Amino acid sequence: MPPEAKTAQGSGSGSPSVVPTRLEIKRSPSDVPLSPPEDVPVFQVDDLSVYYGSFRAVRDVSMTVCERQITSLIGPSGCGKTTLLRCFNRMNDLVEIARVAGKILYHGVDLYHPDVNAVEVRRRIGMVFQKPNPFPKSIYDNITFGPKVAGIKGNMDEIVERSLRRAALWDEVKDRLKESAMGLSGGQQQRLCIARALAVDPEVILMDEPCSALDPIATGRIEDLMEEIKSEYTIIIVTHNMQQAARVSDMCAFFTAEVNETSDTRTGVLVEYDKTEKMFSNPSDERTENYVTGRFG
Amino acid sequence: MQGRRFDAAGFVFRLLLLAALFITMLLLTILIIDVVTSGWSVLSTRLGDFLTGKLGSIPATSGIGQGLRGTFFIGLFVVVIAFPIGVGAAIYLEEYAPRSRFTRFIDVNIRNLAGVPSVVFGLLGFAIFVNALEFITGPRANGATVISAGLTLAVLVLPIVIITSAEAIRAVPESLREAGFGVGATRWEVIRSHVLPYAGPGILTGTVLSLARALGEAAPLILVGAVTGFLTEGARYSLESLQERFTAMPIVIYTWAGRPQPGFVENTAAAIVVLLVVVLLANTVAILLRNKYEKRR
Repeated sequence: MPPEAKTAQGSGSGSPSVVPTRLEIKRSPSDVPLSPPEDVPVFQVDDLSVYYGSFRAVRDVSMTVCERQITSLIGPSGCGKTTLLRCFNRMNDLVEIARVAGKILYHGVDLYHPDVNAVEVRRRIGMVFQKPNPFPKSIYDNITFGPKVAGIKGNMDEIVERSLRRAALWDEVKDRLKESAMGLSGGQQQRLCIARALAVDPEVILMDEPCSALDPIATGRIEDLMEEIKSEYTIIIVTHNMQQAARVSDMCAFFTAEVNETSDTRTGVLVEYDKTEKMFSNPSDERTENYVTGRFG
Repeated sequence: MQGRRFDAAGFVFRLLLLAALFITMLLLTILIIDVVTSGWSVLSTRLGDFLTGKLGSIPATSGIGQGLRGTFFIGLFVVVIAFPIGVGAAIYLEEYAPRSRFTRFIDVNIRNLAGVPSVVFGLLGFAIFVNALEFITGPRANGATVISAGLTLAVLVLPIVIITSAEAIRAVPESLREAGFGVGATRWEVIRSHVLPYAGPGILTGTVLSLARALGEAAPLILVGAVTGFLTEGARYSLESLQERFTAMPIVIYTWAGRPQPGFVENTAAAIVVLLVVVLLANTVAILLRNKYEKRR
């Protein structure tokens, strides 16, 4: 167990020239007319490292995620994208040996401060998983579970309809709300999972390769949906699909895996984080360029 | 592509597997036919008397009422004591306990306990429930009561209940737990609403099988002091009678099988048939319940 993991360490313990320090993200208002006039940071990731036991899965990530934008995390397998994503709602807490060093500030509050309740964090920061994972219950119960445990009083029928409408699923399922969610198609199940996440009215939605188990048509619908709900939610999406990242995201972070020669383990590092447009047209790092042009990964 | 090569090894293997199944079924069928034909004269002529009658020295008037009563209460003790404790321990082990060396140590020991011969549990029951706790289990009968027997058998099946329940809980997909945590449920809410309903059928099957095991045990009951002769106490279904001397079905069968009078051979066979039916009924209930809950997935 490396001792420096115990405290938030300063940057530059690795190779500082490789890892960009926090990027100043400024976007001119004329850039994308639909986005809000100014960028409000939601997450500020500061020198974040994640360990599984003594294995360091991700190191020294610093980035800022802004409100009502879609931020994509791309990179080859095993570069720590999912690990990082799961830090944003403390899902990594469920992995017993996982440890986090560094900071994630959520609206200025340290998510890993001892006083912060992880359950509360997950209510504000929802998650959609790689494989659609509806509860083996009715469509209706899938939606209402979150609001119920959150103690939300109010008309559940309304919440169900609103969530399903936002997830563009209402028309397909409105006549069979009491039927099992397991009877839906894969794409419908994934939209149900999005609706389930929306039902607790989160501010942020984390998506871990939400389309990797879906066909292109279902994928298109999810992407349209993301575009639609972007005006109300901040979305962070991990994707293996570079076209998807290029299509849907405003900001894009490229990660890669550094092989540690001595222990033969791979540690994920953030190579470049910038506007998606720039990342795909004129990246500053050669590795990003190689990846987005398909030369490796 | 034309003409099929004859897969000799595969054919022989399949034949061997079939033979294994056949031998099992044959032995069971012979056993059942043997006891049913042997006990038929009793079952067909005086079933009512036989089921309610008392133990006696005359074969034609002896019945198993006292044995059934003992077996009923033993089953009750197992259900009321071993099931909740066993399922609770399994939930703790699987969902809460840290994956430490100590947890593994406990896990291994529970597995070892499940393999301990039942006679040893009988000795344990004798030492603890009959002797040490005599003032609770039945001072008038020196502790050799159905309470002691029920507690002993509950302890006997406890490791089996824990193991089968833990396996059913382990079979719950991690994605289901994550879905629950992802919408902001606490661990307890995830367990109650998702893990237990999903694992329920498996837990039920395992526990009912262990109940069948408890109902068929004779050795521990002999050590605990089940009456192998005539039971003269008024064996009524009252609370006080729980603290009186007792007998149970396996003991009745064991006792009758050793009697020289010719009529007891038929009585023994009939008692075996009754015990088999009781166990089959318990298993049927378990299967019906399991099917009912599995459909709702």
